[in-house]
Amino acid sequence: MLWRNNQQKILLLKVVIHTAALLPIINLYYQAISVQLFADPVKTVIHFTGIGAFNLLLITLLVSPLAKYFKLGYLLRVRRLLGLYSFFYALLHLFNFIAFDLQFDFTLMFNEIIKRPYITVGMVAFSLLTLLAITSLNFLKRKLGRTWQKLHNSIYLIVILVAIHFYWSVKSELIEPSVYIGLTLLLLIVRRYKVMSLLSSKKPN
Amino acid sequence: MLIKIPQVNSLNENDVTDEVIYQQRRTFFKKLGFVGAAGLLAQSQKSQAGIFDFFNKEVVKPFQVKPLNYKKAHHNTEVLTPEAKVTSHNNFYEFGAKKHQPAQLAQNFKVEPWALTISGEVKKPITLDYDDLFSCFDIEERIYRLRCVEAWSMVIPWLGFPLASLLKKAQPTAKAKYVVFETLYDPKQMPGQSNRRLGGGITYPYVEGLRLDEAMNPLTLLSVGLYGKTLPPQNGAPIRLVVPWKYGFKSIKSLVSIKLVEKQPANTWHVLMPKEYGFYANVNPKVDHPRWSQASERRITSGGLFTQNRIKTLPFNGYAEQVAHLYKNMDLRAYF
Repeated sequence: MLWRNNQQKILLLKVVIHTAALLPIINLYYQAISVQLFADPVKTVIHFTGIGAFNLLLITLLVSPLAKYFKLGYLLRVRRLLGLYSFFYALLHLFNFIAFDLQFDFTLMFNEIIKRPYITVGMVAFSLLTLLAITSLNFLKRKLGRTWQKLHNSIYLIVILVAIHFYWSVKSELIEPSVYIGLTLLLLIVRRYKVMSLLSSKKPN
Repeated sequence: MLIKIPQVNSLNENDVTDEVIYQQRRTFFKKLGFVGAAGLLAQSQKSQAGIFDFFNKEVVKPFQVKPLNYKKAHHNTEVLTPEAKVTSHNNFYEFGAKKHQPAQLAQNFKVEPWALTISGEVKKPITLDYDDLFSCFDIEERIYRLRCVEAWSMVIPWLGFPLASLLKKAQPTAKAKYVVFETLYDPKQMPGQSNRRLGGGITYPYVEGLRLDEAMNPLTLLSVGLYGKTLPPQNGAPIRLVVPWKYGFKSIKSLVSIKLVEKQPANTWHVLMPKEYGFYANVNPKVDHPRWSQASERRITSGGLFTQNRIKTLPFNGYAEQVAHLYKNMDLRAYF
């Protein structure tokens, strides 16, 4: 077998992740900028990056249950990369909104963040995700010690906020966001003991 | 009353552009399919597989539009939204709730035969068949701004005739206070009506309404075409309403019934979400939609991502001079 050792498997996985995450983005912006492919490229790039960020977040959360169930410990080694790509997509999502939809009207942006619950929720989720992305650096992880794990448990809060953000953002097409809420709950139920213990975090470990 | 309708002096230059865009339409439709597939790869498969599979296999044969004879508009100061965008970016949930879906899913729509009935509180009920739609009234071009409640807008050269001309012919009785409009209900032809996921969770048939004086306003148009030709199905073939000072959802498509009634009707979006969509739905920069600001809008013109314009939204979509008097002494915050 070619991909026998874990080192090689991880390398292959990483190549696949980079390709699968970056190619659609390059394709998206190329098409949105160059041709009249979409009548409203602004909404297209916002939705594409938004749903992409959510997908990647769910895949990130799928890693540890998969690793446990199939006893594939090495999968955990690509989890950070997946999480960072989720952040990258979320960053583009926000950038698209500010740059192409609001066109750098920061007064409007500020008002929208305060006034629209779905944007407020989205911004809270994005701020937390940014914090996680920054503290994913090795030296910060070491520096933070135990606090690091506590901080990174907020991923469960983030995914719930993102699911709400999606559900509240649509006009009447509730089926797709409902499916996403279902997937979110499923991933939380899989790790219910951990989530429950976090909810009663006053107790000793 | 003097009616100022923004119109074009000479459409020659536009005509040239149109032809170029027209030539690109076949590839355009193919590309739409391609985007669908690319988008699908990047998403978790579940929800969209059905539609795109269908369209990747089958080549979409565009609906045939026919050229119309009409009186050209005189002058127009606004940049028109290209025909390819007008006909590929549509809110017509009967053919799918996503903007690109009607252009894909409506191409086999049959408009012949057609029957549009004018009934209710009228002295002379009328039924117009397909040919009547184009022959009973003089067809004129009207270049109107279309402002969607979702805060994007277009400028579209419609062809049609004033709704008032038709209503006068039917002779409303003294009891007629409102006009109710209804879209065709045909789940076999309109997949959104039979499939909840495609149809975006709204109830069918789609119903809209106007007060009689709004309906009689000279700006209110029954449109049978755009860009010099009959309407493509995604834009509401064969006949639709255009009320340029109201949000786009008032401009109901593929009309089969116009009924004059005594009481204010319940329009589809209002019934679905009474706090978000009103009966009047006049374009008003001062009254926000609960989930987004209505103070400004993105004007969709030609080009890609970097050529979008965010412009200020005008009261009554810039038609205040012609229609503001209809709402004198009305609290437009309460009657949004």
